[in-house]
Amino acid sequence: MKYINIDKKNWAGGLENLYGNYRLFGPAKNNKHHIFKELGKGELPDLNYLNTLPSPKSIAFPQSETMFEYSLDENKKGHHILKEINKDYSPRALIGIRPCDAASFLLVKRNFDTPEYKDPYWLRAYEATIFIGLACSSPYSTCFCTSAGCGPFHEDGLDLLLVDEGKNFIAKILTPRGEKFIKSAGWETEADPTVAEKIIKNMKIKAEEKIASFVSTDQLKNKSTTRLYDATFWDDIAFACINCGTCTYVCPTCWCFDIQDEVSRNSGLRMRNWDSCMYPLFTIHGTGYNPRNTKVQRVRQRFMHKLKYYVDRYNDGIQCVGCGRCIRLCPVNIDIRKVCDIMNNYGSSSRLET
Amino acid sequence: MQNPYLPYPVRIDEIITETEDKNLKTFKLVFLNPDDEEKFSYMPGQFAELSVAGKGEVPIGIASSPTEKGYLKFTVNKVGLVTTCLHSMKPGDIIGVRGPLGRHLWDTLKGKNVVIIGGGFAFTTLRSSIVYMLDPLNRMNFKDINAIYGSRSPGMLLYRDELAVWETRDDINMHITVDGTDDPDWKYNVGFVPTITEQKAPPGNSDTYALICGPPIMIKFTQPVLDKLGYAHDHIIMSLEMRMKCGIGICGRCNIGKEYVCKDGPIFTLAELDNMPKEY
Repeated sequence: MKYINIDKKNWAGGLENLYGNYRLFGPAKNNKHHIFKELGKGELPDLNYLNTLPSPKSIAFPQSETMFEYSLDENKKGHHILKEINKDYSPRALIGIRPCDAASFLLVKRNFDTPEYKDPYWLRAYEATIFIGLACSSPYSTCFCTSAGCGPFHEDGLDLLLVDEGKNFIAKILTPRGEKFIKSAGWETEADPTVAEKIIKNMKIKAEEKIASFVSTDQLKNKSTTRLYDATFWDDIAFACINCGTCTYVCPTCWCFDIQDEVSRNSGLRMRNWDSCMYPLFTIHGTGYNPRNTKVQRVRQRFMHKLKYYVDRYNDGIQCVGCGRCIRLCPVNIDIRKVCDIMNNYGSSSRLET
Repeated sequence: MQNPYLPYPVRIDEIITETEDKNLKTFKLVFLNPDDEEKFSYMPGQFAELSVAGKGEVPIGIASSPTEKGYLKFTVNKVGLVTTCLHSMKPGDIIGVRGPLGRHLWDTLKGKNVVIIGGGFAFTTLRSSIVYMLDPLNRMNFKDINAIYGSRSPGMLLYRDELAVWETRDDINMHITVDGTDDPDWKYNVGFVPTITEQKAPPGNSDTYALICGPPIMIKFTQPVLDKLGYAHDHIIMSLEMRMKCGIGICGRCNIGKEYVCKDGPIFTLAELDNMPKEY
C-alpha cells in the first residue's frame, strides 16, 4: 500500500493542478451548515467540518434531473418522440467525503446497477466520480457507523483516504484511480508505509472509541417479516411523526424517485425528482385507493425497508451507514437506533411483544 | 449503455371503444421502427409503461398476445391524467411504449390444466393468455382450458366478439357471466364470478392452475371457493396492481415487503402472497 504525505502548504497548489482534469466537488459552508458543491477555480474545500447537512448522494442522484426532451410541435420532425439529453460525465472528484457517505454509494449501487437493468444516469455519474475520503476523528454523538457496517476510517467505496495530521495529510492510495489523482495533483512525497500505517492505526482506534452509540442488527435477518410488519410497536414509533420527509431527503441511502413531465409551450422534459415514502402521493392509485394511507403505514415502510426488506433482499447488513443525519434533523426526535433495537429484539422479550 | 427509461415510439393504429360506459378503449399500437418490435419480446401477463409526451407514463397490462404479430394492444380505463389524455387521442398520434415489464410463469403452466378467472376490465392480460394458449402452435402444450369471465352487465364485457367465438370452440370451456341483465336474449350465465366459479371450475389438483385477475372484491370471494374446490395456494396465480413509475424495480414505491410488484411481480402465487405483508 502506498502512502503520500501532502504538506498543507501544497494543498491549494495541488488542487489547482487538478482543476483542468477533474470537476472538483467539496464541502463548503452555506449559511449555517456545510453542503457539497462544485468548486470554482481557486476555491478550496472547507475540510473543517463534521459532516454535510444533506448527504452527497446528489453527486450521482441529483434532487431533480432531466431524463429526456421532446417537442410537441407537430410540424417538427420527430415530435412527441423522447430523446436522450447529452450530459457532462467528465471525470469529477468528490473531495473530503466522509467514509460513511462513501460506503453509502456502494450500498445504493445495488439498487441502480442490477443484473437486469442499469440506471444510466446514476451509473454514468458514479463511474465518472473519484472518491477522496476524509477520515473522521471527531464524530457526532449521533454517529453509529461502527455498528452499521462501516467506521470513521472505513475505506470501502473510496479511491483515496486522507488523514488529517495537523500540518499535513497522509493520503492512503486505495485504487489506481486514486493514484492517478495524486499524480495529477503533483503530490509526490511518499511517506514511510510502516510509519504511516502506525499513525493511521492509532488515530483509527481513537476515532472508533469516540463512536459512542450502537445499533444491534444481528437478529433482523431471522425475524419473520410479517410478524415485524404486524407488530404493535409501530403506532408508538410513528406517533410523533409529521411525515415531513426530512429523514429521507438527508439520508445517503434513500434512493426513491418520481418521474414527471414538464412542458413549456411546445417543448417538454421528462424529469426525475427525489420522492419520499413519507408522502401519501408516493403510493396512491389512480382510483384513489392507497395501500399506505396512514402515517403509521408510511413510517413502518421506511424502517422496514431499511432494516428488514433490504436485509432480506441483499443478505448483507442494513440499508444504513450510521451517519446519524436523520436523528439530528428529525423535528420530533424519532431515532432509528431505537427503532432498530426494538425490531432486533422483537419477540425475544415479552415486554416488547405487547 | 441501454437506457431502460427510454420508450419505443409507436403510432396509434386503431382505437376501439370496448364498453357501453365508454370508459374503456383498446389501443392498437404499431412500432415506428420495425426493429423495436423484436426487442419488445413479451409473454402474456407482462405489462408496459405507455408514455404520452407532456403527460407522463402509465403501467398497463398487455392485452395482445405474442402470437399476434405486427402490433401491440392495450385496453385502458380512463382514470387519471395520462389515461384521460390517451382517451382523447386519435389514430395516427405518436406515443411511446416501454417494456415488456414484470415476470411471467408460463414455464410452470406448460402441460397443465389452466383455469382463467377474470372480472371487469382486469380481463386484458387474461385475453392475452387465452389467445396465446389457443394458438395452433401452443394449444398442445396445455391440457383443459376453462375460462370464467364476468362483468356487471353484457355491455361492460371486453372483447365481446372474441368471447362469442371462444364460446363456440371445443378446445376451451368458456363461461361468460354478468351480475345481472334485463336482456331477454342473453344466452350465457347470470351470477357473480365466485358463484359461477363454484359451479363451473374443475376441482383443484396438482395438474391444475388458476389464473385470477379482477377487482379486490371478486378476488376476496373467489379465494374461498378455490379453497373449497381443492386448489393449493401455489396453484393460484394472481396479478397485483400498485402505483408505479420506473417499472424496473428502481424507483422504490411499489414494494410489498422486499418484493417489487413491477419487477418481481406483478404475478404472484397465493402461496407467495401468504408470506408477504398484506399491504396491497
